[in-house]
Amino acid sequence: MAELLLDDPVAAGFEIVHERPHSFYPEFFRKGDLKDQTHYCPGCGHGIAHKLVAEAIDELGLQDRTILISPVGCSVFAYYYLDTGNVQAAHGRAPAVATGVKRAHPESIVVSYQGDGDLAAIGMAEILHAANRGENITVFFINNAIYGMTGGQMAPTTLLGQKSTTTPYGRDHYNDGYPVKVCELLATLEAPVYLERVALGNAKQINAALRAIRKALRYQTERAGFSLVEILSPCPTIWKLDPVAAQKRVREVLVPAFPLGVYRDRGAEIPKGETLPPRPLPAPPPPLDAIPGLLDIDEQTPDPPAARPAQADLRIRVAGFGGQGVLMLGEVLAEAGLQLGLEVSWLPSYGPEMRSGTSNCHVRISSQEVDSPLVARPNVLLALNEPSLRKFLPTVEVGGWVLYNHHQLPADIAVPEGIHLLPLACSELADSLGETRAGNIVMLGALLAATDGLPIEAIHRALALCVKSARWLEIDRRALATGQQAAREALSNRSQEVRREIQ
Amino acid sequence: MSPTTETSTGGKPDKGYVTVNTEQCKGCGLCVEACVPRVLRLAPHLNRFGYHPAQYLGHGCSGCGLCFHACPEPGGLVVYKRPSMAAAA
Ligand SMILES: Cc1ncc(C[n+]2csc(CCOP(=O)(O)OP(=O)(O)O)c2C)c(N)n1
Ligand code: SF4
Ligand code: SF4
Ligand code: SF4
Ligand SMILES: [Mg+2]
Repeated sequence: MAELLLDDPVAAGFEIVHERPHSFYPEFFRKGDLKDQTHYCPGCGHGIAHKLVAEAIDELGLQDRTILISPVGCSVFAYYYLDTGNVQAAHGRAPAVATGVKRAHPESIVVSYQGDGDLAAIGMAEILHAANRGENITVFFINNAIYGMTGGQMAPTTLLGQKSTTTPYGRDHYNDGYPVKVCELLATLEAPVYLERVALGNAKQINAALRAIRKALRYQTERAGFSLVEILSPCPTIWKLDPVAAQKRVREVLVPAFPLGVYRDRGAEIPKGETLPPRPLPAPPPPLDAIPGLLDIDEQTPDPPAARPAQADLRIRVAGFGGQGVLMLGEVLAEAGLQLGLEVSWLPSYGPEMRSGTSNCHVRISSQEVDSPLVARPNVLLALNEPSLRKFLPTVEVGGWVLYNHHQLPADIAVPEGIHLLPLACSELADSLGETRAGNIVMLGALLAATDGLPIEAIHRALALCVKSARWLEIDRRALATGQQAAREALSNRSQEVRREIQ
Repeated sequence: MSPTTETSTGGKPDKGYVTVNTEQCKGCGLCVEACVPRVLRLAPHLNRFGYHPAQYLGHGCSGCGLCFHACPEPGGLVVYKRPSMAAAA
């Protein structure tokens, strides 16, 4: 046979009509002998789909504009083959990556190439929302009704009754749901412009697939919007069929389950040769100096920081019930630190309940850079209720201060050696001011009296920044003074206690 | 001219021609399946990678390109046409 073949068909008067598309690398980034072939199994639909995509890119002259987002799955290495821009995305996230790439480079042609596990299982949210936003990207969706790469687990598209490693008795809709029909699903959304399902079941179907791929890419050049071509594709290896039988299964089993056809084609409404205007951009961000105004903080132009303590290392844990102003108290402390030109951090930590759950926050105020915002060993504990005292008292560092929101400790709690305690009924004092909820600021006043760590001016400035309502600012100022006063009295009554600075 | 191009049906030279890159072919047989005049087969011998590569029977190719698109390997096949035939058609 071989002797009948021409050494050089061109010399014999032929010209090339179909050859390796230019959008493939001339050599693949694979080891040694393998650099001329793909890593796909013989007869794999990914190889065919790659070729159709490459050919369509060639025909439309888009090679230099195209950025391919490859998925996780057998086609994870699509970037070995297509000589375009390439990004490889985390499993299922290609449409999100494509969105970012397209928005940053609106003149690029951005292609998300994904398998059915990638797109319809882990990545279902990404594809739905990219489609729903009408991102001007093109998605090629290779539906082989299985997870190929990982050895044949059920995909959302696996057919009812089909055996897989995770449906060993066949897919049963009671347990595993029904095959997801992606084109039909996306066709319920307003935004998509072009949705078509094609197949690789024979030469005719392959030709139709090429036409759909070409059209989807062309629509992107016309800025038509979101398009997706679902490609029913053979996976001979996992299906345990030879390539020809796998191709037959695409025709005879997949196509009846996933009807071929156009599910949406609004691109056809664009007059031939016309390009839609670019998508309107979102409103530009405000100029930097407009931001304080937008945040309603432009009235108090901060003065230069108040005199800054040379040494400061406050590690504060504020804890109580939600609604007691725990987080706000932490914020005022941190803001006061900022006013002093110190390094600060404020880390809230709360349960799922907005109110009536527990709530605590970590605050650091330091003359050094803050290495971690977590306060595991506080030197100040502001315990606004009993559970918080029980929980955090054992964590307080020797030499540290504990302020507790009651005039005495529960009988069963002993204060560890070397810990300074100030029990003060802050909420009750606030109650007498007419606002129980100002108990947090009463405790802040008490902290100022107990320690010399923070000058009162810094706290006043912080309050002015943190408290928006004039009425509350007034209440908080009184609460601060009340706490300071009450703490001084309590401390001077306790002659055995020595007032002490911590810094 | 080689006998190949002249021994096609009715003594008319073939419109098309196809070459297989036997080192890139994985012997899947999808090109054989796609070819309407059935002028491709899988060779009895194995290539370096252990596949039976596709092989052109030497005549009868129409240059339709169906085998090319059915082939999963980027450079598995090259399809040719005779320009005069294209012009005449
Ligand atoms: C976050 C994450 N979860 C799971 C996996 C394991 N994993 C790799 S590929 C794959 C499924 C691929 O199936 P599909 O998208 O259908 O691609 P195919 O190989 O069939 O083309 C899974 C689950 C992973 N790599 N990353
Ligand atoms: S396992 Fe299936 S999808 Fe993956 S390369 Fe092989 S044939 Fe293709
Ligand atoms: S180009 Fe057409 S006729 Fe020629 S070998 Fe390929 S499929 Fe057969
Ligand atoms: S389709 Fe390609 S890889 Fe498969 S046998 Fe034919 S030439 Fe070889
Ligand atoms: Mg799959």
